[in-house]
Amino acid sequence: MSFLKRPIVLFLLFAAFVLLFPLLLGGGYLMNVLVFMGVNTMLAIALNLLLGYAGQISLGHAGFFGLGAYLSGVLTVTYSWNPWLAMPLAAVVVGLAAFLIGFPILKLKGHYLAMATLGLGIIIYIVFNETVELTGGPSGLSGIPSLDLFGITFDSDLENYYLIWSFVLVTMLLALNLANSRVGRALRSVHDSEVAARVMGVNARLLKVQVFALSAVICSVAGSLYAHTMTFIAPASFGFNFSVELLTMVVVGGLGSIYGSFLGAALLTMLPELLREAKDYDIIVYGVILMLMVIFMPGGLVRGVPDLFRKLTGKKGRSNA
Amino acid sequence: MQFDQLLQYSLSGLSTGAIYALIGIGFSIIYNATGIINFAQGEFVMLGGMLTLFFLETLQLPLWAAIPCAVGVSTACGFLFERLAIRPLRQPTPINLVIITIAGSILIRGIAMLVWDKDTHAIPPFSGEEPIAIAGATILPQHLWILGITLIIVAINRFYFYHTISGKAMRACAYNRRAAGLVGIDVKRMVLFSFMISSAMGSVAGIIVAPLTMTSYDVGIMLGLKGFCAAIIGGMSSGLATVVGGLVLGVLESLGAGLVSSGYKDAIAFIILLLILIIRPQGLFGKAESERV
Repeated sequence: MSFLKRPIVLFLLFAAFVLLFPLLLGGGYLMNVLVFMGVNTMLAIALNLLLGYAGQISLGHAGFFGLGAYLSGVLTVTYSWNPWLAMPLAAVVVGLAAFLIGFPILKLKGHYLAMATLGLGIIIYIVFNETVELTGGPSGLSGIPSLDLFGITFDSDLENYYLIWSFVLVTMLLALNLANSRVGRALRSVHDSEVAARVMGVNARLLKVQVFALSAVICSVAGSLYAHTMTFIAPASFGFNFSVELLTMVVVGGLGSIYGSFLGAALLTMLPELLREAKDYDIIVYGVILMLMVIFMPGGLVRGVPDLFRKLTGKKGRSNA
Repeated sequence: MQFDQLLQYSLSGLSTGAIYALIGIGFSIIYNATGIINFAQGEFVMLGGMLTLFFLETLQLPLWAAIPCAVGVSTACGFLFERLAIRPLRQPTPINLVIITIAGSILIRGIAMLVWDKDTHAIPPFSGEEPIAIAGATILPQHLWILGITLIIVAINRFYFYHTISGKAMRACAYNRRAAGLVGIDVKRMVLFSFMISSAMGSVAGIIVAPLTMTSYDVGIMLGLKGFCAAIIGGMSSGLATVVGGLVLGVLESLGAGLVSSGYKDAIAFIILLLILIIRPQGLFGKAESERV
């Protein structure tokens, strides 16, 4: 089984599973949920690069997600741009904005950084609500065109599934490569001790800002995809609660693990479907899960479950996953 | 710009500012004793308002009895929160602490929604609704209650921290937890105290503001964040600097809402928050500190 431990093999297996999954499922309502799951996986990976690898928290990532969605939405609806042109433009604009705001904000640490990014996210959310002429305000923006490629229009759940998940797989490959590169190791050194990293010659400040911007770019692309697959967006999807939900995904899955982000996103996307009976009360369940995870499984599912398994079977040793 | 209009905005800003100050002091007390920013602080503000309403309407208690009951229950919640969420944490890194207090706030808010409902409710003003005219502007009796109670609490706070053994022990923890432990101060107990005191203060803030702004299960988020903003302006001091921070924020927000646009009212606080964090993270009145490795 040792070849399974090679990252590329694991990734190819995962990709094959993702691509074949609809055949097993045979369509239906669940496809729609899986589309959401893809968007959430991208966002969780984006936040994980920042939080899990570089150790910098953000409670404003829903804002970047929203910016991508609204830039794509407004450019295609109001200005009739081609969606494939709007998406990269949105990504560049959001990336630049994150890069510029990143320099002063990422000087802050821990709690202060959490509050600053939270403030940033809320300001973006308020702007979505208040610029009614541009964004449609609280009632949202509708009529966003679907994407099309080589004559295929992505407007059914199955087509959207393949569209979104190909982006997810690309993001994943990118994140996995980044994590195992020189940059990834530098990021982890910043996480462990910023001062030590700087002493070793890592430009910690620039690196943090760069990963913040990269993270924002991934969020923006996910936002554009979300806008084009849903064809309707409203500010409520991009508020503080969603930032917290993203944080929950990353923590539940496991900080610093790309597959963990997928697990976390998958679990938290499915949860509301499973808790449909409990409609409004799912928020309590989020709270309990988040709390229990941080107390009992601070390493997330990817580390906590194998540890638990080892404990139960009585074997010793710690997981380094 | 009319002078009386300006005065009106400033006066109503002062009373919201006083609320922010109370919440902000709650943030600072916990931060100083433990190094934790308690993201659940706003939920205790909400609990104050909602519990008062519960004792008033469901249990039919008079207002003077409902308020202490509400503060008591909120304080008990603060106690439970520290015991059940903060203390069991095995890896109290800043990120885990941020996440656990956020989880706590979600939980408290969710339970409040479950126990009560999603509607907004009004609490009757403490003494009438007859407006009082001051130099061309009018204020409500409730505004005076807010300012008065805030003043009293800030005074009690000052007395506690500077003239009682337990208050001094708490300050010792703020300076250096390890050293405080070495001279025989029970640091864990002080942490618990700090959570109880700040939840009590938060709930008082929630009670006195409820007659003006109404209350519902989700008022805690915004009020909490703005209280934090006040504490940041005050450099996380648990004294006068945070009070000034709260008042400045309240007045700026009120002026901004009146003169610029009421839709962006909430954004003003966060823009101030970002500017202060970026330009002067040690607060408006603090001295810069260098990082200890």
